[in-house]
Parts: sequence; structure tokens; C-alpha cells
Amino acid sequence: MKYDAIILGGGLSGLVTGIALCRAGHSTAIISSGQSALHFNSGSYGLLGHIDGKVVSDPSAAIATLEAPHPYARLGAAALAPLMAEARQIFADAGITLEGSDNANHHRLTPVGEVKPAWLSAAGSPVMEKIKEAAKNGPVLIAGIKGYLDFYPAFLAQGLARQGVDTKTASVTIPALEHLRTNPTEFRAPGIARLLTGQALADFAAELRRAAADASAVIMPAVVGMRDEKPLAELERLTGKKIFYVPTTPMSVTGMRQQAMLRRYFEHLGGVYMLGDKVTEGRIADATLKTLSTVSLGADSLSADQFVMATGSFFSSGLVARPDSIRESVFDLDVDAPADRSKWYSKQVFDEQPYMSFGVHTDGSFRVSKDGKTIDNLYAVGAILGGCNSLKEESGAGVAILTALTVAKAIDKNLSAQKN
Amino acid sequence: MEYQIKNISPNNLEQCIKCTICTVYCPVAAVKPEYPGPKQAGPDGERYRLKNPDFFDKALKYCLNCKRCEVSCPNNVRIGDIIQMARINYEKGAPKLRDRMLAETDFMGTMASAFAPVVNLTLGLKPVKFVLDKTMGIDGHRTFPTYSGKKFVSWFKKNAAAEQDKLPRRIAYFHGCYVNYNYPQLGIDFVRIMNACGIGVTLMEKEKCCGVAKVANRLIDRARKDATTNVAEMKEALARGAEAIVGCSSSCIFTMRDEYPHLLGVDNNAVRDDIFTATAYLYHLIEKGEIKLAFRKDFSMNAAYHTPCHMQKLGWGVYSAGLMRMIPGLKLTTLEQTCCGMAGTYGFKKENYPTSQAIGSELFGLIDESGADVVITDCETCKWQIEMSTGRTVLNPITVLAQALDFEETARLNGVKK
Repeated sequence: MKYDAIILGGGLSGLVTGIALCRAGHSTAIISSGQSALHFNSGSYGLLGHIDGKVVSDPSAAIATLEAPHPYARLGAAALAPLMAEARQIFADAGITLEGSDNANHHRLTPVGEVKPAWLSAAGSPVMEKIKEAAKNGPVLIAGIKGYLDFYPAFLAQGLARQGVDTKTASVTIPALEHLRTNPTEFRAPGIARLLTGQALADFAAELRRAAADASAVIMPAVVGMRDEKPLAELERLTGKKIFYVPTTPMSVTGMRQQAMLRRYFEHLGGVYMLGDKVTEGRIADATLKTLSTVSLGADSLSADQFVMATGSFFSSGLVARPDSIRESVFDLDVDAPADRSKWYSKQVFDEQPYMSFGVHTDGSFRVSKDGKTIDNLYAVGAILGGCNSLKEESGAGVAILTALTVAKAIDKNLSAQKN
Repeated sequence: MEYQIKNISPNNLEQCIKCTICTVYCPVAAVKPEYPGPKQAGPDGERYRLKNPDFFDKALKYCLNCKRCEVSCPNNVRIGDIIQMARINYEKGAPKLRDRMLAETDFMGTMASAFAPVVNLTLGLKPVKFVLDKTMGIDGHRTFPTYSGKKFVSWFKKNAAAEQDKLPRRIAYFHGCYVNYNYPQLGIDFVRIMNACGIGVTLMEKEKCCGVAKVANRLIDRARKDATTNVAEMKEALARGAEAIVGCSSSCIFTMRDEYPHLLGVDNNAVRDDIFTATAYLYHLIEKGEIKLAFRKDFSMNAAYHTPCHMQKLGWGVYSAGLMRMIPGLKLTTLEQTCCGMAGTYGFKKENYPTSQAIGSELFGLIDESGADVVITDCETCKWQIEMSTGRTVLNPITVLAQALDFEETARLNGVKK
């Protein structure tokens, strides 16, 4: 099968690249070996939350101070504002609500009652500024679900008290949830979210409304809205309360919703999403990637003019740590990492770990190389780029989205030149 | 160091990072809390079972063997295979008579075909359904697929066999039980399409059921025997000049490619890469420019494509959808990938009926939303389920192709002389 572009990896960076390419009119396929790291996403995207351990309030201003090899520095601070605007448009067109400013981080409530900076937050996210606003009209209800173990009201209440927010707590349930709870260890957010639609959502709303009484707003676990945002609005309408959804232990319903909606939009634009297949080999000739072999489709079964690595870092197995080396897992591309294993990590687990910044070696246009030679039509986006510690910085989503859009533009230019 | 790199556990058991992505995509766990879900039933439970088989949990019988857990796993753990192997190795007690009846699709087919009018009438009668429901546990909502009085193989021998040698190329057709006993027209359509493309069709003399239903119902020795025969037959067909083994049912093809070595321990290395679904095979030939299709100008259809679970696991839904997209008069929506709930014989069992329908409800909703008149899918049991539950007509892609194809023009394009 032949496409204009093929993307390896179907998470945030792969989907954004794919969507941008489809919007530019190019036939695009994504190959994803299993579901993506978006399933672990809180529902809030970070652009830049911390530098050198200090909280960032204006991410756009702080980015200007970064230096290469940080991906933002390589994109160039001036290029970022239009990319951020484009990102907002893409998410809006995919039907995904994201709120936040490029110049002022807002703050989100974490599952254990901490507060962290964020750039864009999904519909219903527990944005601290909004919770405080609501709390001016009285205590906020922290509503757990009976038997649901991945939600910690006491931590939240303590955390909110530190922020000057008065709370009360309650636990609600409905018979359908009690049935689901028959298997207590698998009573998880996605299962509850699948159930809470239609009549079950109405029944749940009635219970929640009763528990909330005169509370100014409700904080509950993110267990609503698996396929789209409709049940979120429906629950607010039925209860008459503003509801904030705190992320849960993975799988994250909000993350799964972003994944499903981005994929749906990509497919709606004509993109082909192959889930559960894995690229085993690539045929490279004349510094160009020609064809891909996959487990399901066989040898040299896929070809394209342009290719993108969006396979992630260690967590998504884009990079693997072998006893003696750090490797890129699909093509054994060149990796920027020291050969000396003792330089990979710090023995203090909470220190900034060097391995978090490892990535594939790329040129000025984010093209990868193998054995020291640049591959002209193979780009890298997202976490596999390395160059920053996205966990400490809270920059993972921003790097994924903005590098994806940049590479999509480069590919669009290449393809358009060929087509004309 | 080498030891560490090469140390691979069976079914990649040790690659599981306990992330639970498989469980949230399990169609059964979503609606039936009695089922522990693939992570617990698979890699987690396996650690206990390796210590002591008494840890085997009877609830593993609720697994559909749809493999959606494996498709969603980022670490390539063969979760579905771990669960099925546990059932094969540790589930106690002989399968019930009902399960045997459902699983012996070829034996039942042979018997029923001989008395098809009587059998069809009888199985459709309300009192009979009532008795089957109450005494055997075959759910009364289900209607058995009707048996065709005339088997596909008989039609082929009488009407087509003699013509096949006149064509320049050759493939072996794995018709399967469904085409042979229930729906010979699908096989007839397949033969006509291949012939119009200049490809002769041969059958395998001793073809047995692929075994998918026997695996699901733990008739493992029977399944292994059939698998061994089929692999030998396929080898012989290839040796006699067939370019490929092709079948219309995604579950038959998946079973012969992957379940034979993984679950039955039957080595299919010599034939595996030559086994294709009909849509994958046709797509390849078209892509390589070896055949051409011409379509009727007056064909028009508004359809939605449903990827059967086993097609999803094969990774070949792109071929079916791609082939359908070549038909100019066909407006095609591809449905989001979710299980119909039938899973072969699973949905026939009375105890599974509510689960089966609860699983399928998401898909039924998507089909209604799509506004399509017809659903296209490569699996016969998906077809029964979707027809019963949505009232839509469900067609195999090969049937759609036969309806849309201009046979004369196609034969001319491929240099076939009448």
C-alpha cells in the first residue's frame, strides 16, 4: 500500500502530525503497535511548567530563555506562537474543548490535592482558578463513588484547604454501579464511564444532585465522557452544578477521550489508522526510506514518500535501554546518549534523571540519521526527540504538538514540491 | 548480557507492565463484572497458575477470544493466547453436549444439509426453540443459520470444476463450513470473481473445519486433528501449483494462520504466509497490477464496514475497506472498531446472551448513526448478530464485489476467453 506519508506511532504527536498532513490534502497512514501513552494523560497539557525547579507563570516568555538541544529552542521561540494557534484550531475542529493561555499558565488540581501548572486543559478539568471562583459561593462538594478506590477525597480536601477552599465530602452510587463493583479490583474509571450514559447517567445525576444540595460546585473523579464530551455537559445540566473532574489512576478517561476524538477526526479526514501492527524493518537506499515491513502486512508492504517517527521515548518503547546501550527500537537509528552506562542515571530517584533527555539524533529539520548518515525523508516528533526532561518540565504535550506541526509543515512542503 | 536480551517468556508474559490498557478495551469486562478482565485472567493469573494450577479461575470461560486485548497491548503480550492456553490446560470437565453440537460445525453441517428443509423448518419453530433454550441452553432469541440443501462442494464439482484448468493461474479455496453448508452463494460468487480475473479455483479434497469453534469449546484434540489435516492439504495444494490458500471468512483465516501454532501446537510454517483472506489476496493482485476489475455503471449502495475482531487482529481490515473503496457506486463509512458480541458460538449459549447483546449495543448504535442501508463484514457470525440486532442486511465484501462487478468487462480486461 502506498501513501504520501506514513507515521509510526499513534499517540498525541503521531495523531497531530497525521491530522495536519490530512488537512493539507496528503494521504496518510498511522501504524500504532498497541494503544498510546495518551491513555495515561491527566487531561491537561503542559507547555512549560517548571524550569530549574521553579514554577513558570508565562510559558511563552520562559521558552525564549531555553537553549538547544531543547526542542523549543530548536523550533525557535518566534515560530511557536503561530504553531500554538494552529494547535488550538486543530483540537477545536476535532471537537475537543481545551482552555488555557499561551502566556499565562493556569493551575490544575492533581489527584492527591497538589497544584500544578498547565497550558491547555480539557473540558471539565479541575482548574484551580475556576474552583476558587466557584467556592466564593460556598463549600465545594468532593463526591466519591462508593467502592471506587482510585480517588482520594481526604488528600483533595487537605490540598483545597491549603488553597483556602472549603469542602464537604460525600459518596454516591446507583444500582448499576453496585453491579459493576462485583469485581472490586477492576472497578475502574473507564468501566464506570462506559456505564454512565443514558438512563444510568440520569440516575447518577439524581444521586449527585441530592448529595450536592447547596454546594457551590462538585469535584469528582474523571469517570464521565468516554467517547465524547456530551455526557459532561449532560451531567452539569441534570445536576445544575459546575462539575470538576479530577484525573484518576490510569487508564485515564479524559486521556482516552482525547485519543478517541483525535483518531476519529484523523479518520474522518481520510487518514488510515492501523492499530495493533508493528513495523519490523525498513528498506533504506540512497539515504531514503523506501518501504516498511510489518508483522501483519508482511515484507515491504507499505511505501510512502515521507515518514515520521512518533514512537515515543522509553515508556512507549520508542527507545529501549539495553544493558550496554540505548537503542532506537525500530530502525536502530542514531541516538544521542552517552555510551557509559553510569552517566545514564542518578542514584537519587527524584533527581533529574539524564536518561529522560535521551533521544534520537536529528538534524536542523528533525530528520533522523543511521550510522551517521541523515535519512532524507524520515523525521522524528514528540518524546523520541529527547533534548529535555519533559517530566520535570511538564513540557511533554507541548513538545509533542509543536514538533508535530513543524514536521508536518516540512513534509507538506516536500510533498507539494513533488506534486507540482 | 546476551541471556538477558534473549530471555523471552512464553507469549511475552514477562513483557506485561500491568498497565491495564487491555482490560479497558476488553468487550466482556466492560459489561460483565464476573469476568476478571484480560490482565487478571491472562498475565496476572498465569503467574499463579504456573505455581499451582488450582488457581485456575472458571470465569475464564467468559473470554470471547476476540484478541482485542492483544491489539491494544503496547508491549506485544499475547494476552488472549495466555487465557486460551489456560483454558485448554486447566479447565476441568468434558465439554457439554450443547457445546459439542455448536462446535462440530462440519459434522452438524453434513447431517443437517441432508435434511435441510426439515431441519430449517424445525429449528425455526417456536416450540423447538423453546425446547433448545430450556433443555440445551441454546438461547431462544437466536435463529440457527439456515442450512442449504445443496452443498457448495456439490455445486462446484457439478458446475465449475471442469472449467478451472482452462485458466492460466490457480489458487486453492478454503470454503469453510459456512459457505459449504449454509451459504454456497458466497462461494459461487468467489469462484466467479476469481475466474473473471483469470484465476482458476481448486478445492482441497479433505478440507476440514478450520477449528475456531472447537478451540472455543475446548475440543482440542479434534481441533488439532483437523488442523493437521488442513496443513497437509494446504501443503499439497501449494505443491500442485496453487499460488495461495484463500478464504472468505476472517475467523477461518486467522485461526489457520495464528491459532494453529499458538494454541494447537500445529506447525504451519510451510503454508502460513500463503494463507489470505479473499479481500487481502485480491487487493494484492490489483496493487501489483496483475488483475483489473471493471464495475457496473448502475451499481449503488450506502454501506458501513465493520472490522470483525479476528480481522482486526490480522491487521487486514485495510484490505477489505480498501477493496470496497474501489467500487465507484459504493458510499462507504468505516465503523469504529468494536466487537459485535457474537464471537462465534459464544452468543448462541443461553448464559451468554445478555452479555453478547450488551457488548454489541455500542456497535449497533454506531450502525444506526451511520445511516447506512447495508453493513459489510468478513465474518459470518458478526453477520448473524448484526442482522438479528439491527435489522440491516449484512454482506460479505465478496458478495458486494459480485454485485458491483461487470463480469464480462472484467474478464475481457484480464484476457479471459469465454
